[in-house]
Amino acid sequence: MRQDSLLSILNLRTRFRIYEGVVTAVDGVSLDVFRGETLGVVGESGCGKSVTALSILRLLASPPAEIQGEILFDGKNLLSMSLDEIRQIRGNSISMIFQEPMTSLNPVLTIGEQISEAIKLHQGVTRQEAWSKAVEMLRIVQIPSPDIRAREYPHKLSGGMRQRAMIAMALSCHPRLLLADEPTTALDVTIQAQIVELMERLKEEIRTSIVLITHNLGLIAEMAKRVVVMYMGKVVEEALVEDLFLEPLHPYTHGLLESIPWIGRKMKTGRKQLQEIPGMVPSLLEIPEGCRFHPRCSRLIDICRKEEPPLVQKDGRRVLCWLWK
Amino acid sequence: MFQYILKRLLSTLPVLLGISLLLFFMLRMLPGDPAQVLAGQMASQEDIKNIRQQLGLDKPIFVQYGIFLSRLAKLDLGRSARTQNPVIKEVWARLPNTMLLAVAAITLACLFGIPAGIISAVRPYTWIDYLFTSMALFGISMPVFWLGLMLVVIFSIILQWLPAGGTGSWKHIVLPSFTLAAFVVAFITRITRASMIETLSQDYTTTARSKGLKERVVIIKHALKNALIPIITVVGLQFGLLLGGAVLTETVFAWPGLGRLIVDSILARDYPVIQGTILIFGLLYILVNLVVDLLYAYIDPRIRYA
Repeated sequence: MRQDSLLSILNLRTRFRIYEGVVTAVDGVSLDVFRGETLGVVGESGCGKSVTALSILRLLASPPAEIQGEILFDGKNLLSMSLDEIRQIRGNSISMIFQEPMTSLNPVLTIGEQISEAIKLHQGVTRQEAWSKAVEMLRIVQIPSPDIRAREYPHKLSGGMRQRAMIAMALSCHPRLLLADEPTTALDVTIQAQIVELMERLKEEIRTSIVLITHNLGLIAEMAKRVVVMYMGKVVEEALVEDLFLEPLHPYTHGLLESIPWIGRKMKTGRKQLQEIPGMVPSLLEIPEGCRFHPRCSRLIDICRKEEPPLVQKDGRRVLCWLWK
Repeated sequence: MFQYILKRLLSTLPVLLGISLLLFFMLRMLPGDPAQVLAGQMASQEDIKNIRQQLGLDKPIFVQYGIFLSRLAKLDLGRSARTQNPVIKEVWARLPNTMLLAVAAITLACLFGIPAGIISAVRPYTWIDYLFTSMALFGISMPVFWLGLMLVVIFSIILQWLPAGGTGSWKHIVLPSFTLAAFVVAFITRITRASMIETLSQDYTTTARSKGLKERVVIIKHALKNALIPIITVVGLQFGLLLGGAVLTETVFAWPGLGRLIVDSILARDYPVIQGTILIFGLLYILVNLVVDLLYAYIDPRIRYA
């Protein structure tokens, strides 16, 4: 753990015991989030990025979930805290934004009530004070006529508005860490841009660190400073955003970047079909032997089939691949 | 809102008309002659003929129905063939008893069933969930008259804590309402459990937890309020059924309610009382449903009536 790291995840392993067997959704993930930075976590559906975020706040139902490892927040291990202690942290020093603004707000409570209950809980203010702070938060996230909107129920707001309300709720207690799990995925492109802009601005104002979980590499490029790539529950590459985009080390990262269409490609590289990563992500119940990416890898060597690759440190980057050994 | 209620109340009229039509003709398909029953075994043909005339049973059936409807339009349900009292008076004398029993039973069932369902949903597949599930199964499978009799044996005869039947004090209502509740509670427990399991797995429940709220607040404020719609539906339906009179329970506990009135009237072929009572059941059932629908809008802001 480095001095300036706010959150340090060490060898996190989250497993689910289900009927068919044991699924290890997060398998030995280690990463640091530094103060004031935005860390991007990228990977396709089911790679364990959301489970990692939910594990941090211990929001997974247990059973079936089992969490091992260490999650140090400000030097204190969140996994060994009592439930009361973790509740002090949830929504207060660490808060979360979810993917689906349509379903993550409670349909039978007003927006104002949902925002102010966290304020009231963590800041020990009266109901009225909490309410006026909630209205203020709605104003900060640029919701028009916030005092009227606060008295309305979620179904009266559009998707973008609801995500703004979600952000207002998450930031209402000025958290030091914000876990944003696919915050723009459910929104259309113009609204996405507005939400990104809003998050960038608020990050500066509130000085919060952000863990941005997404499968959208464009969003990562725009918002994050460092990025962690996950595949089947493991961190396969970690680098600064520029380095990752210019020179991806892991064949999986390479494949991800190759599969993004970009304007002007034809001018530079000639007419070429858009590349894809062959095959499908295997089931977590049938993890391939050796490197988990080897069945889909284009730069396969013999050892990949037999032994799990080591985590290689290279120029301040990390990559989980035999090629760089 | 007011307009909606008015519209719903007006729409009860065709329903009641339908009930009266079915009821009127089905009753007359029953074997047995009301005049004969009323006159007794020893009556002469002449007596029976007189009684028939007096009750208007000698007229063609459609004419009888016409007369019934025109009286109904004037809110006149006729007189009992047995007691000669107005039907409305007969019903009025028993309705409060039935209401009291139904309200007591449904309250008891909710007081036990909703918490039991919540606990089962919060701790699914644990011993406590299985315990409540078995109790629900027990309540639903046990014949009401048998449970009633067993309660009488235990609490009235052996322990002598509570009266075995009749009305008068709060003590009289304990055993019959408990007997009725045992059956209803099973439905309420099960629907509460299912509904709560659903809302507890919703995204907004995770959001609520991520704010640092206590689990109690998450369950009651965030999950239960969303789970209430199906619960209220079941409670409303069961309450409607209870208002329809609980014949067996009323018989076991000699409870002077509508259930017994209707059975006695059927045995005596007392057409006006049967017709009047069932129409009032119909009306009450429709009203309970209206109240349930209005409660939906109160609980869920997405539901609005115009």
